[in-house]
Amino acid sequence: MNRYLLPGGVFLLLVIVLYIGIQRAPQKTVIPSALLGKPAPQFTLPVLGRNESFSSTSLAGRWHAINVWGTWCPECRVEHDMLLRIADSGELPLIGFNWKDDDAAALDWLAQLGNPYSVVVADREGRAAINWGVYGAPETFLINDRGIVVHKHVGAMTQEVWEREFRARLPRTAALPGALK
Amino acid sequence: MIAELGHFALILALLAAVMQAAFGLIGPAVDKPALTAVVRPATSAQFVLVTISLGALVWAFVQNDFSVEYVASNSNSALPLLYRVSAVWGAHEGSLLLWAWILAGWTLAVSWRSGGLPEGFAARVLGILGLVSIGFLLFTLATSNPFARLEPAVPDGRDLNPLLQDPALAAHPPMLYAGYVGLSVAFAFACAAMIEGRLDQTWARWTRPWTTVAWAFLTVGIALGSWWAYYELGWGGYWFWDPVENASFMPWLIATALIHSLAVTEKRGLFKSWTLLLAILAFSLSLLGTFLVRSGVLVSVHSFAADPARGMFILIFLVMIIGGALTLYAWRAPLLRSEAGFEFTSRESFLLFNNILLVVAAAVIFAGTMAPLISDALGLGTLSVGRQYFDPVFLLPTLPLLALAAVGLHSGWKRGRVSDRRAAILWTLLAAVLVTLLLVLGVWEGAKILTPVGFALGVWLILSSLVDPIDRWRRKLTLTPALLGMALAHASLGVFVVSITAVETYTRERDLALAVGEAGQVGEFEYRLTGLSGVEGPNYDALRGEVVVTEGGKPVGVLYPEKRNYWVQRQVMTEAGIDMQWTRDVFVALGEDLGAGRWSVRAQVRPLINYVWFAAVLMALGGIWAACDRRYRREPRA
Repeated sequence: MNRYLLPGGVFLLLVIVLYIGIQRAPQKTVIPSALLGKPAPQFTLPVLGRNESFSSTSLAGRWHAINVWGTWCPECRVEHDMLLRIADSGELPLIGFNWKDDDAAALDWLAQLGNPYSVVVADREGRAAINWGVYGAPETFLINDRGIVVHKHVGAMTQEVWEREFRARLPRTAALPGALK
Repeated sequence: MIAELGHFALILALLAAVMQAAFGLIGPAVDKPALTAVVRPATSAQFVLVTISLGALVWAFVQNDFSVEYVASNSNSALPLLYRVSAVWGAHEGSLLLWAWILAGWTLAVSWRSGGLPEGFAARVLGILGLVSIGFLLFTLATSNPFARLEPAVPDGRDLNPLLQDPALAAHPPMLYAGYVGLSVAFAFACAAMIEGRLDQTWARWTRPWTTVAWAFLTVGIALGSWWAYYELGWGGYWFWDPVENASFMPWLIATALIHSLAVTEKRGLFKSWTLLLAILAFSLSLLGTFLVRSGVLVSVHSFAADPARGMFILIFLVMIIGGALTLYAWRAPLLRSEAGFEFTSRESFLLFNNILLVVAAAVIFAGTMAPLISDALGLGTLSVGRQYFDPVFLLPTLPLLALAAVGLHSGWKRGRVSDRRAAILWTLLAAVLVTLLLVLGVWEGAKILTPVGFALGVWLILSSLVDPIDRWRRKLTLTPALLGMALAHASLGVFVVSITAVETYTRERDLALAVGEAGQVGEFEYRLTGLSGVEGPNYDALRGEVVVTEGGKPVGVLYPEKRNYWVQRQVMTEAGIDMQWTRDVFVALGEDLGAGRWSVRAQVRPLINYVWFAAVLMALGGIWAACDRRYRREPRA
C-alpha cells in the first residue's frame, strides 16, 4: 500500500468513530442523574403560602413532574408560559419545587404570572433538593405511577422538550385531569 | 440594534471569506493576476467585518443588554466589567466568534507580511485560510448565533459560570485559540505547497516563524489553564489528563515536532513530506480539539454547552478540511522527495528521533483520550482512562526524548559527529549528576526511583542548552536571536522537568478536619485554623477561613481560603489560599462543613510548583525570541 495514503486511512477510521460518538451523544448531553430508574426521593416540605406541609407520599400511584424553580432564575421566567400550557392541557400534574427562594417573592410571582402547579412546596434552605441532585434551576423530573424517576430535564421547558422528552414517555391513560387540583 | 449590526457584519464577513477563498484559489489556478489581486482586499474586509461583529457582542455585554439571549445566559448586572468582557468567550457562541476573529487576525497578518512571497503562492495561502474562515463563520451563523434575541427579555442575566470568573481564565481561551488558529497558517502554507507541487528551503523559512509564534501562544494558553486549575478548582495539581486538557496538549506536541522538522527542512532540505504531514496534523488536532469540546462526544468538566447538531456540523467541516488536506497529501507528497543523506549522529538524526518520540507521545495520549469513545462506539461498555494509564505511558517516549535532546543540543548539521563533542557531553552529564546527588541527598529526602532521573535529565538539559551560546560568546562569534531563543526554550524545558520532578516527589498533602482554634500538621508545617468569617464580593458572598501556617514554630504566613457562593447561579466555588515563595507553595483550600463546627481543610506543601508555569512561559518567550530573528524578516528571494 502507498504509505502516503496511510494518514488518510487512519483519519477515515477516526471519522467513523466520531460519527458513532455523535449519534450517541444526545444521551450524554443531559447531566446524567443518578436517580434515573430509581425511586424518587421522599420529602415533606411546607406548602408555599399555607400553614401546612405536603408529603411526597401523597403522589404515589400517579404520573407527575417535579419542577424546580425560583424567582431568582431568569430561565424559570422563560419556561413559565410553557408550564402554564402544560397545566392547561391537563396531561400531567406539575409539582412546584420552590428552591432557595423567598416565600413572598414566590407568591407574588405566581399571583402575577399565573400558577401552573398543582401544589408548590418551599425548600427554603435547599436541603431536600440535595437528595434530588439538583444542580441548577430550572430542572424538571418526570416520575411514573410507581414512583420511579423516568427522566430529568435540565434547563427551560420548551414545547419541543415537552413533546419529545416528556409527553412521549407518558402512557395514554396517564393523565388524571385535575386529579390533584 | 447594535446586536443586529453585529449579526449583519458577520454575514458580510462570510461573503468576504468566500471571496477570499475563491479568488485566492482560482486566481493563481487560471493565472489571472487581476483575479488574484482581489484576495488581499477581501482579507482586510473579512477582518474588519468580524471585528465589528465581535465589537457588537462586547458592547452588548458591557451594556448589559439582556434582550440578547447569549448575554442573558452568560452575564449579570452585578458582574464586574472585566468579566463582562471575558464572558464574551465564556460559552460556545462567543468562543466561536472569538475563534473566527483570531483567524481573521492571523490571516490579515499573513497578508501584510507576505510581500516577499510569490504572488500566486501568497494568494493560495490566503485562499486556504479563507476556506477555514468560511467553515467557522458558517458554523457560527448556522448553529450558534450569539446575537439571537430573547423574547421576552429578562430583567437580569443568569450570570457567567463562576468557574470562569477569574483573571487567568479570562486570558486562557484567547491565548489557546491564538495558538490553535495560528497553526492554521502552517497548514495553509503546507496545502499551498502541495497544490503547487513545490517545496524548497525558502518555503520552510517562510513557515517557521509563523509556526513558532503559534506554538508559543499555545504554550502560554495551556500553562494559564493549568495554573487556573491549580488554584481555582481546589484540587491543587497542575495536570489532570482531562480529555479537554489532552485536546490542547496533542496539537502542542505535534507543533513542537513540526518546529523541529521545519528546522531540518530549512537547513538541509530534508523531511519534506514528513514536515507537510506534521503541519496538517497539528492543525487537524486543533480542529479535533474544538470538535471534542463542542460536540458533547466526550464528557468532561469543560463540556459546558454541548449539542449534537453542532457536533455533526463540525464533523462535516473536519472531513472537508482534514480529509481534503490528507487527500492532497496522498496525491502530491510523493512528488516532494528529499535527496540528501545524513550521518547517524548528525543533528538531523537527533531531530528525526525527536519527531518520532513526540509523535509517539501524542499518539499514546490520543489513544487514551479516544479509547472511551471507541469502546462506547463498539458497544464494549464505558471505559475510563486516567492517571494510571497516562502517567507511565507518557514517560515512556518523553524520558528518552529528554536524554536525546541533551545530547542532540551538542550535535552539528550534516556530518557533525557527536564524538567531536564528547567532552562537552560528558562534562555536562557529570555536572548534572553531581547537582542531582546534592538535591536528592542534601536538600530533600525521600526520593522515588524516578526522582534522580528527572533531576539529572533536567539539569543536563539546562547545562547542555547553555554550552553552545557560551562557547560562541567566548569565541566572539555572533549570537543570533534564533540561537539564543532556542537555548532559552530548551533550558526552560530543563527547568520544567526539574520542577515537575520536585512536585511529584516532595509534595506533602493532607486533608485535615479542623474547628476554629485547632491545628494539624503537614510535614514540618502546622496549619492552624484561627477564624471563620463571612465576607461579601460584588456578586457572591463567601465564608473565609483564616489559617495561620508555621514551619517548625517559625511563622510562614496567614492564608485566607474562601468558599464562595455565587448568588445568581447558586454555585459554590473554592478559592484556595496560597503562600507563594521562591522554593515552594503552601496551599490551603476549604472543603466541606463536617458539622459540629469542624471543616475539612485540604492542606498541601508543594516545592517548586510555580516553576512549572514559569518555565512554560519562558519556553514560549524563547520561541518568540527565535521567531524575531532577522533571517526571517529579510525579503526572501523568490
